Amino acid sequence: MDRIPILRMGQFLLVTIQIDLYDRLAVNLESDLVQMVSKTGARGVLIDISALTIVDSFMGRILGNIGNMSKIMDAETVVVGMQPAVAITLIELGLELQGVSTALNVEKGMLYLQEKIGNQIEAADDEDGVE
Amino acid sequence: MKIEREQDVVPFRNRVKEFAVKIGMSLVNQTKLITAASELVRNMLKYANGGSVIIEIINQGRDNGIRLIFDDKGPGIKDIPLALKDGFSTGKSLGIGLPGARRLVSEFDIKSVEGKGTVVTIIKWKNG
Repeated sequence: MDRIPILRMGQFLLVTIQIDLYDRLAVNLESDLVQMVSKTGARGVLIDISALTIVDSFMGRILGNIGNMSKIMDAETVVVGMQPAVAITLIELGLELQGVSTALNVEKGMLYLQEKIGNQIEAADDEDGVE
Repeated sequence: MKIEREQDVVPFRNRVKEFAVKIGMSLVNQTKLITAASELVRNMLKYANGGSVIIEIINQGRDNGIRLIFDDKGPGIKDIPLALKDGFSTGKSLGIGLPGARRLVSEFDIKSVEGKGTVVTIIKWKNG
């Protein structure tokens, strides 16, 4: 069965969606990702959708689900590389990508994740210091 | 074009895109049209187990456009105004498919007979 590859990079998981997903593939990705987060203890998930020419309400919901599921597994999700036409369409469609952060490109998305995770680690260190 | 399985959705979207490119529709309008088509075809699969779609190029004066007619033999829609409201869904989805699709196209028409089926017609003008 077709699968979208999930790459591990340090504390993060990287997913590049390079084809227009049909539903089954998207649902598989959702469950694969959550399992990977659990297995690897990843702190961040970066999803590159720069090759997606359309995001409809189903795909939007999958992205939102991944974000929310990762969140309760203690991982941040960032979606990067959305095409301008897709962004325009999403807003007119009335879809807000709830539960996920977005960044312009992979580089900015990585920076965002690092900052977010970095802050959490610092905060944890501070707490240790008080004790 | 017949739509019977979820795997038909992506080829269908590609066909719509071919037509839109043929009349020189802008990328934003293409994306809007394809997204709307995707929502409607998904509804068709989900509630009516599929159906058929007619894709055609139409002219009005100097304006070209794409017309899509979604025809299914499903259970029909009981209350169309309600179905067109944001956030309403009988399935467990977000309920933005129909109203969202309507916002994305130039013209939107829906006819439904309970127990017989539903026909949704959308038009997206090249510059609309």
